[in-house]
Amino acid sequence: MKVVFLGATRGMGRALARLLAERGDRLFLLGRDPEELARSAADLHARGPGGALEVIAHASCDLARPEGFSAALDAADLALGGFDTVVVTAGLFATQEQLEADLELTQRLLVVDFANTVVFCEHARGRLLARGGGTLCVFSSVAGDRARKPVVLYGAAKAGLSHYLEGLDHKFRAQGLRTVCVKPGFVKTGMTAGLKPPPFAGEPEAVARRVLSAIDRGKPEVYAPGIWAQVMRVIRWLPRFVMRRIKF
Amino acid sequence: MTEREPTLAGWGNLPVPGHELLSEDLCAITRGAVLSRGLGRSYGDSSLPPPSQREVVGTRLADRILAWDPETGVLRAEAGFSLWEFNRLFLRRGRFISATPGTQFVSLGGMVAADVHGKGHHWYGGFGAHLRALRLRVADGSIIDCGPAHEPELFWATVGGMGLTGHILEVECQTQAIPSPWIHSQSQRIDDIDQFIDVLKSSSHEWPFSVGWIDCLSRGKRMGRGILDRGRWATAEETGGKPLPVTRRLMVPFDFPSWVLGRFTVKAFNTLVYWKHFQRAREGLRHPDAFFYPLDAILHWNRIYGRRGFTQYQCVLPDSAGKGSARRFLELLTSRGGASFLCVIKDAGAQGQGMLSFLRPGISIALDIPVRDNTQQLVDTLNELVIAEGGRIYLAKDAFTRPEHYAAMDPRLPEFQAVRERWDPAHSIRSAQSVRVFGDPP
Repeated sequence: MKVVFLGATRGMGRALARLLAERGDRLFLLGRDPEELARSAADLHARGPGGALEVIAHASCDLARPEGFSAALDAADLALGGFDTVVVTAGLFATQEQLEADLELTQRLLVVDFANTVVFCEHARGRLLARGGGTLCVFSSVAGDRARKPVVLYGAAKAGLSHYLEGLDHKFRAQGLRTVCVKPGFVKTGMTAGLKPPPFAGEPEAVARRVLSAIDRGKPEVYAPGIWAQVMRVIRWLPRFVMRRIKF
Repeated sequence: MTEREPTLAGWGNLPVPGHELLSEDLCAITRGAVLSRGLGRSYGDSSLPPPSQREVVGTRLADRILAWDPETGVLRAEAGFSLWEFNRLFLRRGRFISATPGTQFVSLGGMVAADVHGKGHHWYGGFGAHLRALRLRVADGSIIDCGPAHEPELFWATVGGMGLTGHILEVECQTQAIPSPWIHSQSQRIDDIDQFIDVLKSSSHEWPFSVGWIDCLSRGKRMGRGILDRGRWATAEETGGKPLPVTRRLMVPFDFPSWVLGRFTVKAFNTLVYWKHFQRAREGLRHPDAFFYPLDAILHWNRIYGRRGFTQYQCVLPDSAGKGSARRFLELLTSRGGASFLCVIKDAGAQGQGMLSFLRPGISIALDIPVRDNTQQLVDTLNELVIAEGGRIYLAKDAFTRPEHYAAMDPRLPEFQAVRERWDPAHSIRSAQSVRVFGDPP
């Protein structure tokens, strides 16, 4: 595969990018901080099987600056000789408390995690469809499945994102666009460090293996760790008076 | 209901109140931090916060390779990069870190801080001998690159310095080329401790890796009987290109009740292991995981010691103490009824250059001690013998040694403290262990 990867420097993105690199997929990294990108590129390069096929390069792209999306994807296209897969794991996270206390942060998070992510995907979708299709794998969250007290705002952004990705799958699958919406539950990464892990908390490596298999099979929706599919099935069915009472 | 305060423990499961501060961005979180910790495989309190603090930096999310040269085998990585990951990626590509300790679930930063050693110490030295450079965040907040030629004093104080000189951010080391990913090993039954020492010492020129397991409940003329395991890398011809399989692991799911490891069960186990080695000698190809890291096959094996936890006692008895010192040590141990599930004996080579590097030429003995009411007295007694023999203990395993005992064992301590004084006069970087053993402020 020839993969454009937005968010490979940290967390689940780091783990997934490693799996891709280790099996010899060609990668182009996008992210905010050039120095961080260079360090991650070196890591992925060392893990790769080596040889002339491997391309691990990088360019700046910030989800907060949509004006740079097009140029970043052009750079990736050029380096990879036409990409066939786009992975987006980047995003902002903040707790409900932090967001309620800071409306500016709330606005930033809603824009980055929903509006700008969708715009980035639209750029990527256009390019993939123009060459007959490909895979678009985007990390949403179980927080988008049902409105819950601890993730009212973050969940709202992710709900919008999940909705959009489902729509892409309905509309464009026949034209060759395979959309993979990843819904991680609680995963122990730097993003969630400091929060108390609930039962069924996952490790990024295990999540990455599951997502990679979903990408390979073109599965439109994947929960990771897998148990969260069952957890959310229950949560979605809980009546409103219960949701008002529980803290989950 | 009040929420229980989180606790943090070393591998010996002796918890203190505390938690880890985790981030991929080690540079950011080490600013002003009291201590950094890797994968928590030191047994005692080396990686635990001092009593007045709760938070230590956890390095394990900072785990990127920063540079890898397949020609020279030089590796540079962030401090949280684990040896397990290194072996997973590079063993099959013909590279190994020869100063590997007995577990691969350690971080590079931790390997530096403890100047770890392994079955090849008599041949390859400790990890410090393979280091080329370190990047540290020192107490005043600045970032310092050091190595054997640049800021050598800070560098050698950091090698084996238990993380007390600064936060290790990046590690650059030399790896070794290996002819195949398999070990050619030979193991044999040994009748008693004197034979053990003789064979260990006489084989150290032929075998790059050696380790002995001792049944330390046997007394009298069978005292120190056990099994000696020696190995070298198999040649490509010997393996015939056989691919190295991935090791499956079991897990201990919960803490065992403490009677499980009573005197009787340990005795039965030891006898079984000794006689299971039916032939006097066995030779053949072994998986490096089974040879170097036998206990890694069982995840969370420390849980077999139950809620009260355990400590490991590891000391080196120098050659200068004479051949009888290991026997004197075992006599004292068995007379005190120190039932140990695992007792390991190794040949120690030249002393490392790290100011507090543990090993020096002699014999290293390591044993697990389940924590009981008399553990402090047992450790004190063993320490007094070790002082008399001119030996010392390994800080990475220790949870009970008294400050006056450590000072008596290690004349290099003032020199190490002087370097700390220069870089961190307030001792703002410290651990539960440095408070206990070096008298740092709580």
